[in-house]
Amino acid sequence: MLRISEHPILTFKHGQQVAFRYDGQELVGYEGETIAAALHAAGVKVLRKSTVLHRPRGFFCAIGTCSSCLMKVNGEPNVRVCVEKLKAGMVIETQQGKGDLREDV
Amino acid sequence: MFDVCIIGGGPAGLKAAIAAGSQGLSVVLMDDADHLGGQLVKQTHMFFGSEQQRAGARGVNIAKELVEQVTSLVNVEVVLCTTALGLYDDLVLTYETEGSYRKLSAKKFIVATGASERMLTFPGNDLPGVYGAGAVQTLMNVYGVKPGNRVLMVGAGNIGLIVSYQLLQAGVEVIAIVEGGPSIGGYLVHASKVRRAGVPILTSHTIKEAVGVNCVEGAIVCELDSQWQPKSGTEQRIDADVICLAVGLSPLTDILWQAECEMVFVPELGGNVAYRDSNMCTSKPHIYVAGDVAGVEEASSAMVEGELAGLCAAKSLGVSGAHLTLQITSARSQLEELRSGPVGDKIRAGLLQAHR
Amino acid sequence: MLKKTGVATPEELANVLPSEGRLNRGAVAVLECFQNIPCNPCATSCPRHAIQEFVDINDIPSFDGDLCNGCAICVANCPGLAIFVIDETYSPDETLVKLPYEFTPLPASGDVVVAVSRAGDEIGHARVVRVQNPPVFDRTAVVHVAVPKALGHEIRFIKAGGPSRA
Repeated sequence: MLRISEHPILTFKHGQQVAFRYDGQELVGYEGETIAAALHAAGVKVLRKSTVLHRPRGFFCAIGTCSSCLMKVNGEPNVRVCVEKLKAGMVIETQQGKGDLREDV
Repeated sequence: MFDVCIIGGGPAGLKAAIAAGSQGLSVVLMDDADHLGGQLVKQTHMFFGSEQQRAGARGVNIAKELVEQVTSLVNVEVVLCTTALGLYDDLVLTYETEGSYRKLSAKKFIVATGASERMLTFPGNDLPGVYGAGAVQTLMNVYGVKPGNRVLMVGAGNIGLIVSYQLLQAGVEVIAIVEGGPSIGGYLVHASKVRRAGVPILTSHTIKEAVGVNCVEGAIVCELDSQWQPKSGTEQRIDADVICLAVGLSPLTDILWQAECEMVFVPELGGNVAYRDSNMCTSKPHIYVAGDVAGVEEASSAMVEGELAGLCAAKSLGVSGAHLTLQITSARSQLEELRSGPVGDKIRAGLLQAHR
Repeated sequence: MLKKTGVATPEELANVLPSEGRLNRGAVAVLECFQNIPCNPCATSCPRHAIQEFVDINDIPSFDGDLCNGCAICVANCPGLAIFVIDETYSPDETLVKLPYEFTPLPASGDVVVAVSRAGDEIGHARVVRVQNPPVFDRTAVVHVAVPKALGHEIRFIKAGGPSRA
């Protein structure tokens, strides 16, 4: 269980618990936390595959500067899930390759 | 038109906004996150320095204080979820906010964009589970999620030592800290805290490879000789699900390059930085720098540099008076004091090279 | 060597250990601070000025054991958690050590915990006598533990509630 329940210095204020979909599965997380944090807490560390060699990738910097964590969110490709906040009912999908921007038009 | 636009709402940007705002100027403070505070919001440990830099207070609490001060200034406008895009000689800044592309103009700009995590090259370094130290802090201290259960920390500078301690506080095991250099780079008191909590510090050791199929399952570490070359036969496998890299930061200088400030490569400051004078002003008279973007250092100096930049920007706009002069002198002497000891040798050497 | 290991050597410790005479008179602070870093909350927090005001904040603290009464305010204020209070007069066979502690669960008075050395080695057991955790200490609790006299200069950490939990 990766969620911290007791901490000597910090008290965590979470938003509402909300359901969201990840590659067809229903998961729960807290509204307002990043999608990457919610996925990580649910045991999902592999966020995509690299475009040429299909190597598993997770996040690295967690502040939106390295592009390791790109996923498709509500149909929109190339979303940096380490900074994007979770909302109820979000549909998160593993992106295949570079993502097709035409889908967004 | 604003008097001062500050790009970056971390410790340096916050102090710059408070300084310029307190002089009665119209200030806009922007940050690309949805909250102010930058790296401060993740710092659960007590800060060093002197009372003027809030020594003894925890970073998270200093962040709250600074945010309160900034938001209480009516002449300071705060814009969040806003990314600065381009800064131009005609005093225009283009930026993106909520999906729309906008422009603003200001007489002076203070770039306080901070720095980002460096990567280390080794086979397997792209596996999920290889995380920057800042990422681990964000996950743990902001969202309350452990990065894993068994961590190998790479780097015994202040960040590696502090994040190791924070991992222990979050209930995560830190198997070891490996440091490529022959000695511990961070404050020895931080090292002592993790040593007595049972974490070994292996100097002259590095990570050779990360192993795992879909995620990190382990790491191969080895000893280095005095030429920083791996010593054969010293490989050890460590079982871990997180490899945390605390191998340095690199200033986030993109906008300074784009704005055509004169830049210089200074290894002691973390990489490419803008040339600046003692007012924190770059080669462009409308652009100032403060904090880690000006040179990777500590939060305490970032706060004072931010204050200095804000005050000097105000002075350049015609604000005057004995009080302002006193504050500027005080900021300069605080910076000198923070940097005058042996742990400041590297910074002082770096700053000489970046001085206009 | 401290710079390589993070653990102070006996020689380094000998420089900061109060004299036997002072230790025999009651509780006194031991400032295990060996590096010139910019930092001075120990001096600004000491109500008795036993830690002198810094001329240069990069100096190692200047400590006068005769002015110290072992109150442990400095223990909670040192950002490096490098100060400990030792009371060798606690009882005929025990020394009382006050150490900073920032982990959960916090031990409680009466608990028996594992005594840990500077190098992280388990060296015996300690009896928790008192836990100071007032709001003014801002979550750096000061735990008072009684240990056999031989461990008084060795114990610098405790493990509460189980072997591998820090």
